[in-house]
Amino acid sequence: MLKGKVHKYGSNVDTDVIIPARYLNTTDPAELASHCMEDIDADFVKTVEPGDIIVAEDNFGCGSSREHAPIAIKASGISCVVANTFARIFYRNSLNTGLPILECPEAVAGIGRGDTVEVDLGTGKITNVTTGASFQAKPFPPFMRELIEVGGLVNYAKAKVGE
Amino acid sequence: MGQTITQKILAAHCGKEAVEPGELVNARLDMVLGNDITAPIAIAEFAKIGAETVFDKDRVALVPDHSTPNKDIKSAQLVKILRDFARLHNITNFFEIGKMGIEHTLLPDEGLVLPGDAIIGADSHTCTYGALGAFSTGVGSTDLACAMALGETWFKVPEAIKFIYYGKMPKWVSGKDLILYTIGKIGVDGALYSTMEFTGETISELDMAGRFTMCNMAIEAGGKNGIIEPDEKTLAYVNPRAKREFKLYKSDPDAAYKDVIEIDVSKLEPIVSFPHLPENARPISEAAHIKLDQSVIGSCTNGRIEDLRVAAGILKGRKVHPDVRLIVIPATQEIYLQSIKEGLTEIFVEAGGAVSTPTCGPCLGGHMGVLAEGERAVATTNRNFVGRMGHTKSEVYLASPAIAAASAVLGRLGSPEELS
Repeated sequence: MLKGKVHKYGSNVDTDVIIPARYLNTTDPAELASHCMEDIDADFVKTVEPGDIIVAEDNFGCGSSREHAPIAIKASGISCVVANTFARIFYRNSLNTGLPILECPEAVAGIGRGDTVEVDLGTGKITNVTTGASFQAKPFPPFMRELIEVGGLVNYAKAKVGE
Repeated sequence: MGQTITQKILAAHCGKEAVEPGELVNARLDMVLGNDITAPIAIAEFAKIGAETVFDKDRVALVPDHSTPNKDIKSAQLVKILRDFARLHNITNFFEIGKMGIEHTLLPDEGLVLPGDAIIGADSHTCTYGALGAFSTGVGSTDLACAMALGETWFKVPEAIKFIYYGKMPKWVSGKDLILYTIGKIGVDGALYSTMEFTGETISELDMAGRFTMCNMAIEAGGKNGIIEPDEKTLAYVNPRAKREFKLYKSDPDAAYKDVIEIDVSKLEPIVSFPHLPENARPISEAAHIKLDQSVIGSCTNGRIEDLRVAAGILKGRKVHPDVRLIVIPATQEIYLQSIKEGLTEIFVEAGGAVSTPTCGPCLGGHMGVLAEGERAVATTNRNFVGRMGHTKSEVYLASPAIAAASAVLGRLGSPEELS
């Protein structure tokens, strides 16, 4: 069970604001995390605590293919991102780097900035502890569940190389 | 039910007769690509997989184009990771400084990506090669790592949106204006997870440079891939370049589309996309009040020789406005040389412009033209997000090479029609 306070954003949060290109001369997760979201929310790195949850509207993670974006979010302490929709490369990258993401428009509408939220990744149940409301996220398709269960794409490929 | 060109290419790459939208497939890949930003992470992940070497040393392309020539020590370290990996695994298609170019212009020009191919690249603008009639899409570094090891990857077969362009394009309207207008019409997530199939008489008339520009920006509408059926123009481009067999696919007349959007281009004006999203498309006649500090002509979107010819045609005999810095970046070394041979470089320099060696540089605010607080640039690039070209309080206006060149002279956004 994941639990944390919510950092809320609108639509089209792009990968350039998640981690600006001027910091892409490193691949170090901690260094990337220290600049996470700074162009859209300068307070994010000062206020984020381990377990916190990002909630956003449409097309989260649009723009570049940089895997540095989910890496920076995960390394900043964020335990899960809930959005109406995700841009497709960010969606793949999150699965591949082990950043839990859930699509759930009802939850996005029913959760505000600073609320405390619980997420059960096993069932997809999202609970707004602050208001008591709960929501059901869309389940992952079976193949993606399989990917998550084996610990991501690298482990999947490792098994295939070993065949 | 018929199949779209995208379905046919994916089916052929997973050994099936047909595939349906929503179906998950494991597809064989003809080319996998990484650059100096994405490949270092992929190379680290590749080491964890335990593969002895890459699946095919001729089908991996590594292009150090984003922060090159190395802009700082950290970037130099990243490029060295690519170079060392390429040497270790005898990667044929590693492109060193002096021979390189912006990946999405370089690969088609080198004949490394061909019609009918299935291609992934750890760069979002990998969708560019759809202009050849290939399935091509961007992925992240971990996907690249696994593809380098296995030569295959998984895809969800996308639904498709068909765009039909008709009518004759007015003077100064280009492929860039068509795609900016289209993104303005459907929004930056208007084609989320979907194929954008560009069709119609206007596309048949459009040259390959314009087609590459359109497919390049499919990602800016959230598209999984952009694609154009190959025709005689495609073959004229591909035949002298191809070093291996390729196959031409076309959509069936009864293929299924989730939406069909018709666009009459005959009344279009050149388009400018205002900050901070590519969907903020406006006709140039509504943009004349925007004063500029910089004009950038280049990038994987518009750094081809055709783009430079348009810009040079406008700049010839004219001077860049005293308040504006003009930066011209030919996309590859071949284009750079061609620009010199045709006298285009001389025109840019005489006009007061700076001409750079190939690099993605300013497009992503990396180097070679980063903006200060409050500055505004018109750019032939592909994104105008907050902070994209520099300071978070700078602004990028996306436009065609014709508009970027004319605006550089005017000192504000404007059309070549306004130049005396």
